[in-house]
Amino acid sequence: MNIRASGIAAVVAVFLAGNTGNAQGRLNVVTSTEDLASIASEVGGDKVSVTALAKGYQDPHFVDPKPSFILAVNRADLYIAVGRDLEIGWLPPLVTSSRNAKIQPGGQGYLDASLNVRILEIPTGQITRAMGDVHPFGNPHYWLEPGNGRLMAQAIRNKLSELSPADKAYFSQRYDDFDRRLATAEKRWDAAMAPYKGTKVVTYHRSWPNFMERFGLEVIGYVEPKPGIPPSPAHTIDLIDEMKRGGIKLIVVEPYFSLKTPQAIASQVPGGKVLVLAPSVGGVKQATDFIQLFEYNIGLLAGALKQVTGR
Amino acid sequence: MQVQTRVLLRALMAVVLFGRVAAASAQTADPQALRQEIEQLRKELAEVQRQYGDRLTALEARLVASAPSVVPAAPGESIPQPQVTSGASKVFNPDIAVIGNFLGAAGRNTVNPSPALEMPESEVSFQAIVDPYARADFFMSFGEEGVGVEEGFLTFPAIPGGLLVKVGKMRAAFGKLNTLHSHVVPWTDRPLVTDNLVGGEEGISDAGVSVARLITNPWIFLEATGQVYRGDSADVFYSSTPGDLSYVGHLRGYQDLSDDTNVDLGVSFARGHNASGVVDDVDAGRFATDLWGIDATVRWRPLQQANYRTFLGRSELVWSRRDQPGGVQSAFGYYVSGDYQFARRWLAGARYDRSDRAADEGVRDSGHSLLLTYRPSEFNQIRGQYRRIKYGEGPKANELLFQVLFAIGAHGAHPF
Repeated sequence: MNIRASGIAAVVAVFLAGNTGNAQGRLNVVTSTEDLASIASEVGGDKVSVTALAKGYQDPHFVDPKPSFILAVNRADLYIAVGRDLEIGWLPPLVTSSRNAKIQPGGQGYLDASLNVRILEIPTGQITRAMGDVHPFGNPHYWLEPGNGRLMAQAIRNKLSELSPADKAYFSQRYDDFDRRLATAEKRWDAAMAPYKGTKVVTYHRSWPNFMERFGLEVIGYVEPKPGIPPSPAHTIDLIDEMKRGGIKLIVVEPYFSLKTPQAIASQVPGGKVLVLAPSVGGVKQATDFIQLFEYNIGLLAGALKQVTGR
Repeated sequence: MQVQTRVLLRALMAVVLFGRVAAASAQTADPQALRQEIEQLRKELAEVQRQYGDRLTALEARLVASAPSVVPAAPGESIPQPQVTSGASKVFNPDIAVIGNFLGAAGRNTVNPSPALEMPESEVSFQAIVDPYARADFFMSFGEEGVGVEEGFLTFPAIPGGLLVKVGKMRAAFGKLNTLHSHVVPWTDRPLVTDNLVGGEEGISDAGVSVARLITNPWIFLEATGQVYRGDSADVFYSSTPGDLSYVGHLRGYQDLSDDTNVDLGVSFARGHNASGVVDDVDAGRFATDLWGIDATVRWRPLQQANYRTFLGRSELVWSRRDQPGGVQSAFGYYVSGDYQFARRWLAGARYDRSDRAADEGVRDSGHSLLLTYRPSEFNQIRGQYRRIKYGEGPKANELLFQVLFAIGAHGAHPF
């Protein structure tokens, strides 16, 4: 009888193992990208431990839903997603196999960071895949705008306070601090970019509408003929012509795309230059957090613009 | 649009105004009269502008009322959930996709010839979240023999105890290949070991219940799956009484070797009754089949170049022990395959496969294939396969197989 009871206890223990909370009382936060992880750390401080699934230097549209990610998501108290269908190809199977009731869609521990930010390029009218990999809910690269970073931080602050009400004041104070540092940095970035307002550039993918609009640059074309469609010779020739006509010299590329076509285009355009910017925290070594991401990109961009515009 | 209309209107009025002033100045040279005329015109213009302004405002109001417009919000404002083209009635519709699989074959095969051109199956999927506790996935196959439920199951993702429970008709968790739909296998066909030992195209696929659990440990990802089925699966299992269930067990271990490389290992077991003892619809023999399998996968995908370079190497070994009237037949089969993506849209692959026949261990087929795949986009792919098979009875087959796969709609992501 005793043996059977202890046997049952052992089985129950095995079945319950791994579902115990975090020993340090920290909230376990898992995010889709390093940008979200950085903001969550800014707000959560030492009350949270944060894990990002996708690396900043990989294409966030195409991430393998590895079983090791299932383990991370399984332990999450809070999952923060970029949303707008960015993770449509990899997050749903992870969430379904996570065995974690908290982070199922609609659960208290699932936060879509895109719900109260400024989204650009929301398509209206009929959309089809003839347009390429168009995102029906608008451009998901919205985090590349400091103002949106602030709104994401607010959403995270509110969610963390909801999950851990005792630390509400702590999260608020951390948010205020982040907000202040971001505002100071924004003044610096605005000053650095002010001379180049209205300059026209080309980007590889539609990753930069929020970034370019915020800092006053105009994107007039893309290396991709359509979102997600690799460069075609005809489109490349058109783009070279357009750049020559408009005196456009700068091509901005994400680190996960081949530089071959952009470099070929730049070599055909007088003064043409290819610039690899970091689309996410962790995209390059220097982009260690959300503020450093912009610091790095603005520094590089302002330098390149100075060179190509001569201003 | 509205702004444009206004600008146009103003321009038009300016032209009219200029024309009338010019005409007036030609008639009278009196500055006083001119001034009066201009004053009069100014009043008329203001009146016209006011009238048009009112009309435009009314029109705008009607437009706003009739269409749910998506107005970009100013920074700092929160914006509502986007309303795309679909009306409210479509909101709860499941994700629907159709995947077409068109095949062509040329060459010689006397044992198992393929039609020159065929559309063996089109898969229609319906996927949605059922309620806060479950999601459902349906995959219907529309083939030349009619319509069938390839899979249709309910998943409970959040059951206490860390369990993942599925109920319905499913492809069994026996190895890797058996769980995959035709449109995600890296070939135009399935290897000989699948055809001979694991039920061919249909595979071990049946109505049943599946329970999977993560075995948490400090080292690797480990998942154990147990499944119970009705007991009818292609030519593998046959159920003559309701008690003739079949059972499938799978243990999967996974480990990241680095951010770019990982290994996936699995051990599988399946057991059920077979049809070899059935005489005049009565299962006189009560014979059973046991299957054992080992699967191993190595993946390499350098994260920064993930769109351009990948490698997937995979092998599955299957042992079949089939009890039948003539005695037990112990057959063995395996395949080894590798697929390398060498450009954004191109993959090259090779496969070697060999298998005894389940009902006749003495007959061994072997084959090898070379493949080239072109993917214009995620939703469309064209594949060519050169295949040589040496059948156990002696004949050799030499074939070129073609495949066009195309998908429309919203198809859920596949498990890794």
